[in-house]
Amino acid sequence: MIEGLFFIFLFLIIGEAISKAADLPVPGNVIGMVLLTFSLSRGWVDISKVKGVADILVKNLALLFVPPGVGLMVYFDLLKKEWLAISVSWFLSTFVVLGVVGIVQKKFDDKRRQGD
Amino acid sequence: MISFLETHAFSIFITVAVFFLSQKIYLRFKYFWLNPVMISIIFLMIYIKLTGIPYSTYFEGGKIISFFLGPSVVALGVPLYLQLEEIRKRGISILVSILVGSISGIINAAGLAFFMGGSREVIVSIVPKSVTTPIAMGISEKLGGIPSLTAAIVIATGILGAVMGPVFLRLLKVKNGVPFGLAMGAASHGIGTSRAIEEGEIEGATGGLAICLNGVATAILTPIFIKIFPL
Repeated sequence: MIEGLFFIFLFLIIGEAISKAADLPVPGNVIGMVLLTFSLSRGWVDISKVKGVADILVKNLALLFVPPGVGLMVYFDLLKKEWLAISVSWFLSTFVVLGVVGIVQKKFDDKRRQGD
Repeated sequence: MISFLETHAFSIFITVAVFFLSQKIYLRFKYFWLNPVMISIIFLMIYIKLTGIPYSTYFEGGKIISFFLGPSVVALGVPLYLQLEEIRKRGISILVSILVGSISGIINAAGLAFFMGGSREVIVSIVPKSVTTPIAMGISEKLGGIPSLTAAIVIATGILGAVMGPVFLRLLKVKNGVPFGLAMGAASHGIGTSRAIEEGEIEGATGGLAICLNGVATAILTPIFIKIFPL
């Protein structure tokens, strides 16, 4: 448990340090995630040491979005001002991204399966 | 009495309690529109309105919960590692899918907002809406948007994707597996991925991968797009 937390936070701060030092637009936690995956694949970190803590964090990800989500209420006035442009763009383009990524990847997968 | 409701401990308690209940309700009925994140947010908004506690006071405690978003994104590296073989088999196709998704998302979000009469500030704020909050806020800030508006739209996008994504993808015959996880992560970042995790390991892992790839692609492509089409 403690060992798992140690590694998760170690990769988080390494990611944060890289993001800050190189002034990257990519946040430290995303860099940390890539570095953790890489370190696991190279055998630098043993999966059994981090899996327990990682499972707890990943499985409960949804809860963590609730407090900032409640913060939407602070922006009601701002949203009201240009609600049409915001809501149409928000609504339709979410479906566009879902559809495009889902369908393109599925087409690739179907093709690969035929090739087997 | 009020001072008790304003403690960090109570903010954390009410958030966890409401989420726990919402999850119970969702697992009991399994209707997609009972998404626990959305139900919890609505309920807590009503709670804050009724008690008159300022959101900022609630969030003093709430941010202790949200703090764990950082380590949790790092933790997505574990399912990603476990599914690496499966992902490697697909090779370059994943990159292509995300890239096409990112470009169409940028053009679509900006175009729709533009034609609906949005101001430049609002258009720039809305373009990175599919991307995880810290990346989206960075893009918005750099290009002259309103980062807090971006954060609000990003959360709203996550909720929409988590609630409607699986239904919509099923209509397109994308039921599960890698295409499902990638689409959920690319369209609705962590909230979409938390929904994808319900479907299985590979869906969760590719959701995490999509957050990463789409975030990077959108951070690089948005400034280029804004330069080509000056709004």
